[in-house]
Amino acid sequence: MNFDKELDARGLSCPLPILKTKKALKDMASGQVLKVTSTDKGSIKDMQAFASQTGNPLLSSAEQAETYVFFLKKK
Amino acid sequence: METQTERMNILAADGALDRAINERIDVLLEKRLEAKLAEIKAAKTPSMTIIATKGTLDWAYPPFILASTAAALGWDVSIFFTFYGLELLKKDLRKLKVSPLGNPAMPMKMPMGPAWFKSIRWNIPNVVQSVIPAYEAFATKMMKKTIKKTGVADIGELRSLCIEAGVNLVACQMTVDLFGYKHEEFIPEVKEFCGAATFLPMAKDADVSLFI
Repeated sequence: MNFDKELDARGLSCPLPILKTKKALKDMASGQVLKVTSTDKGSIKDMQAFASQTGNPLLSSAEQAETYVFFLKKK
Repeated sequence: METQTERMNILAADGALDRAINERIDVLLEKRLEAKLAEIKAAKTPSMTIIATKGTLDWAYPPFILASTAAALGWDVSIFFTFYGLELLKKDLRKLKVSPLGNPAMPMKMPMGPAWFKSIRWNIPNVVQSVIPAYEAFATKMMKKTIKKTGVADIGELRSLCIEAGVNLVACQMTVDLFGYKHEEFIPEVKEFCGAATFLPMAKDADVSLFI
């Protein structure tokens, strides 16, 4: 998937991946896509909740060898 | 006789009409109300107030984690720091400590060495813990090492993220007087020193209110 910005949140624990995601989205334009990689197991659920609460659609969420990859679209 | 019957008929018809009107109004009102409530709910920014009362390294986490996350979700957040919670507003956070003494739930584990060594849970009796010099400082050091290793945020970092996200930090003036603190000891982002009468109206309007 194409993306405009990438955030490496690997090695960080809750709530840092979410806080850094929020920060990264802040500087992006509407419609742009952010790729987030994380190793926090809680981030699978948390990223879904973050997306629905903030209205930034979660385009996809996948696991690759204990790393979680998310694509979020800035609303 | 005839006029009386006529009048009764009209009244009966009126009663039926009234009932029909009332029923219709009820149906319409309910629909309108539901739509209006949904509209109000969607337009309202969620809010949270927290009372932070603990001043140890471990208990410093819940208020700052919840506040920073809620702010990231776009909520309005205020934390009222009272009693030992005021330690979390000090300029110097290095003095925050954690102690397994008298806390049987706290696992004492070593952050270094091979996996089997790290998995050992050190059950040191309270009576022993209490006589080992600088035991608290040692336990705190071990905890900080573990925090760093597991990628858990540092308390100073979490607090900065809260400030950056616009979390409202409020301090209890009564505790400042009670413990003899000076306002200069606290970070300048503490905008208000106030009491319960200021906090309660904030909590009344909040969607989530927590005591930590």
